[in-house]
Amino acid sequence: MTDTLHAKERDIVVPGEIVAEGLGFLPSKGLYREGEKIRAGRMGMIAVEGKVVKLIPLSGAYLPKLNDKVICKVIDVLMTGWRVETRSPYSAVLGLKDATTEFVPRSADLTQYYALGEYILCKIIQVTSQKLIDITMKGPGLRKLKNGRLVEVNPHKVPRIIGKDGSMVLMMKNATGCTITVGQNGWIWVEGPAPEAEMQAVAAIKKVEEDAHLPGLTEKMKEFLEKLTGKPVEIPQGLPPMQEEPAYEREERRERRPYGGGGDTRHGPGRRGPPRNTPGDN
Amino acid sequence: MAAKAVKIEYKKRSDGRSWEELRPIEAKTGIVPRADGSASFKIGHTLAYAAVYGPRDLHPKFMQNPETGILRCRYNMMPFSGHGERVRPGTSRRSQEISMLMSKALLPVLDLKDYPNSVVDVFVELPETDAGTRCAGISAAAMALADAGLAMKDLVVSFSMGYYDGQIMCDLSGYEDCDVGVSDIPVAYIPSMDKFSLLQLDGEVPKEDLIKILQLAKKKALDMYKVQQESLKAKYRQGE
Repeated sequence: MTDTLHAKERDIVVPGEIVAEGLGFLPSKGLYREGEKIRAGRMGMIAVEGKVVKLIPLSGAYLPKLNDKVICKVIDVLMTGWRVETRSPYSAVLGLKDATTEFVPRSADLTQYYALGEYILCKIIQVTSQKLIDITMKGPGLRKLKNGRLVEVNPHKVPRIIGKDGSMVLMMKNATGCTITVGQNGWIWVEGPAPEAEMQAVAAIKKVEEDAHLPGLTEKMKEFLEKLTGKPVEIPQGLPPMQEEPAYEREERRERRPYGGGGDTRHGPGRRGPPRNTPGDN
Repeated sequence: MAAKAVKIEYKKRSDGRSWEELRPIEAKTGIVPRADGSASFKIGHTLAYAAVYGPRDLHPKFMQNPETGILRCRYNMMPFSGHGERVRPGTSRRSQEISMLMSKALLPVLDLKDYPNSVVDVFVELPETDAGTRCAGISAAAMALADAGLAMKDLVVSFSMGYYDGQIMCDLSGYEDCDVGVSDIPVAYIPSMDKFSLLQLDGEVPKEDLIKILQLAKKKALDMYKVQQESLKAKYRQGE
């Protein structure tokens, strides 16, 4: 039996389509073997690497993965944490321990830290088989997102938006002067000096999403950005310098005091009065 | 259809097709931009729109299955879709049954194990109907599910077969189904597995002929399968 490849590199395949025949090829995720045939198990684009046939998905929901940096929205406040929307079928929980290094009193109003409807950049630290998800805010660059706008893209196009070694996103950042924070779940935060600059960045991101499956995208984007901004744009060469991400900053809390002011003294730090169970008491 | 008091002589198809010919097919993918996946499937004067949402959070909670995601279909004929007779809006016994058998016809190719406790919703709307609505619905839904990027073993191809007076025919029109009283045999076929996921029979047919009908159905299904595949790929050809 000779090994034959029925689909070429970058071909779009649909479920059930025969991609390759023969035991010489190995199917990777998204493809399945049936006898000697390798068939597509979902819609996607074919990539051949030696003997391994790969399928790059083009559409579909985001499935939370360990260590992914994602942008989430706070949707509920729990007893000891927050529930956030991850833009997948499942919501995630941000526990108090993973949210802040500060001491949080038992009766504290948690919306002081993260209020309902706020967006955060966080990292997934645990995903169970039943898709219960834990996230953390402890890590470089993880923060609450303020002053900017949210762009929704297909989560499978995120690698193209980032580009090789972050070249695409860097080019868009340099051209528009905006800070672009990309979450693996396809939510992107754009923060710029002016609304016009932000809209340019949004247009550029949407353009990459639209043309993500086409070859020669970087060149196309260079032209697109030059037309958009009216300035020459450089394609970042080689490894770009590590982006200096803002260090984990302690969020200044909004003081929310009960009427009368003076703060809540019932849960002050530590107990007052003599300590209990002092050795040698009896 | 109920047996006719007077048997109509039907020696040639009313729309001029040959017995084995399918009606003209038009398929489009990505017709509902806000949906996760969508497709339209037109065969003759039967038109089906399918939109897929999900996998997404499932409520009510008692419907959740911790082992796998579930598939929920909704089949709906629009009030103005038929032949003058207004279809009462909302679900009926008929549409509920068809919704159920649609999800049963599609489930063998779907793998929702990666999405426990979630649901994939498939909405099928029929603005224009001329027999074979469940089949057009299944064909459109299969394309929409593939467009939504779900893990699928294959597409599902569906159309109806007919039998009248010893004559086997493919893809009944409304006239043949309702007025002539041809035995209606809707089938859904999964090409890669070589299996039928839907087989119904409304009327009478001898056993030997039923086997012949299914063999012919397998052959004709491949034509329709190509149209589905091409239309799915066409979505990504634009702009090249």
